[in-house]
Amino acid sequence: MQGDTAWLLTSAALVLLMTPGLAFFYGGMVRSKSVLNMLMMCFGAIGLIGVLWVVYGYSMAFGSDVGGLLGNPFEIMGLSGLMGGNALEGTGFVAFQGMFAIITVALIAGAVADRMKFGAWLLFGGLWATLVYFPVAHWVWAEGGWIFDLGALDFAGGTAVHINAGAAALGLVLVLGKRAGWPKEPMKPHNLPYVMLGAGLLWFGWFGFNAGSALSANETAGVAFINTLTATCAAMLGWLLLERLRDGKATSLGAASGVVAGLVAITPACAFVDTWGALAIGAIAGVVCALAVSLKYRFGYDDSLDVVGVHLVGGLVGTLLIGFLGTTNVNADGVDGLFYGGGAEQLGKQAIGAFAVLAYSLIAAVVIGLIVKAITGGRVSTEDEVAGIDEAEHAESAYDFAGGRGGRPASVDTSVASGNAKKLEGSKS
Amino acid sequence: MKLITAIVKPFTLDDIRSGLEQLGVLGMTVSEVQGYGRQKGHTEVYRGAEYAVDFVAKLKIEVVTDDANVDKVIDAIVSAAHTGKIGDGKVWVTPVDTVIRVRTGERGADAL
Repeated sequence: MQGDTAWLLTSAALVLLMTPGLAFFYGGMVRSKSVLNMLMMCFGAIGLIGVLWVVYGYSMAFGSDVGGLLGNPFEIMGLSGLMGGNALEGTGFVAFQGMFAIITVALIAGAVADRMKFGAWLLFGGLWATLVYFPVAHWVWAEGGWIFDLGALDFAGGTAVHINAGAAALGLVLVLGKRAGWPKEPMKPHNLPYVMLGAGLLWFGWFGFNAGSALSANETAGVAFINTLTATCAAMLGWLLLERLRDGKATSLGAASGVVAGLVAITPACAFVDTWGALAIGAIAGVVCALAVSLKYRFGYDDSLDVVGVHLVGGLVGTLLIGFLGTTNVNADGVDGLFYGGGAEQLGKQAIGAFAVLAYSLIAAVVIGLIVKAITGGRVSTEDEVAGIDEAEHAESAYDFAGGRGGRPASVDTSVASGNAKKLEGSKS
Repeated sequence: MKLITAIVKPFTLDDIRSGLEQLGVLGMTVSEVQGYGRQKGHTEVYRGAEYAVDFVAKLKIEVVTDDANVDKVIDAIVSAAHTGKIGDGKVWVTPVDTVIRVRTGERGADAL
């Protein structure tokens, strides 16, 4: 019991670390003039969703069921009654699940890089979490939630987190439009080491995300943990192999992307498949996601950092493959999929859950996006976007290597400051 | 006095610097620049999207010298920067009216 609590609290901290990791994974992929905005969208999600979660989000997701659609938002408002109680089912579980809400919103940010007003982003994030994430978490994970009752399996968030965020990303991009100059102007990543570092932090945190979802330091946690290694390694190799064959070179961005694609795909399935299943899910996700990230050029939507291609597609791969590769050999709470003698029934349930969340999140994101656009304008002016959103929205620039741009403290009497500098110079000689 | 400007492959910098040092050249200015001549750029691929990188990274070396040393400096730079492959760079010479050393106010050849 105490061991379970210790693992849950540790996992919650690991999952929080994923969001700064994601910030760097995304931040390295944007241009140097908009990296701070990308980091801020992720950190902003931590601040905003963290507050909403403890005030009413947890209650909406895990409060007493109302019609299979959401929890009673007023029941556990402000975590009333949980403080000082059992941590495994109370405060620790609230913290762990809160980290999921945070990263799900942050995931969407990658689709709207370089162009969304910061206030508009926070407004969208708050509304989407309230109207989509909190209820969908209830559908999938809470007793009484309709997908939970249907029997569709989502161990750590393939449906609730990745399909959900990926579909929202697509909806928001459709409302917001493409970046100035896309796809004609080159928009290559400005710092691939950040991307690799971010992918590493994500992977590390993901062990808490997946194995922590056992909510216990038990056999199931072990299965989820090792599959989080197995599938991810296979996905990296799959992505790199495809690149080597198609483009001629195995790239570092491909390795980082393959890692994330594998993590996404194994998330729903990590406690339900054996080693062969995990290898298959990883390899398939690596190849399919590597192909899927090119869809945006064909259909003309500027999903800037491929949230759709990696998270929506990877989430679908993992969620649906449970229907083929699930086996009760590793976990009695799981199911036998089509390849393990279980018939097609589970596949059908998985598909219903996945596509219902996809459709709801997509439509809701379009509607919320339109509302946010009407209130705030949605995106910065083209002039500010081209000059760099960091300066327009945050009055900062990320890098100052040479100091050649003439910075001086605008709030200080500079005649005094420069006088001091002269004096200092004089005292040296 | 002349200003000698050389655009060279970055990896040749050290050889150029030591070659000029042996001639007694006491200073130079080096900048990282991008451009293209007959050597075209290259292609990079990010998540399957190809980017043509038109400009090639080069170094620009600037040396001011008195007229008597111009040919020696040019020879030192050219021999150090030469690989025989496309993209070795260019060297050109421009006249300089005068040079002032900021610290002392010396002018002309004394300031070199």
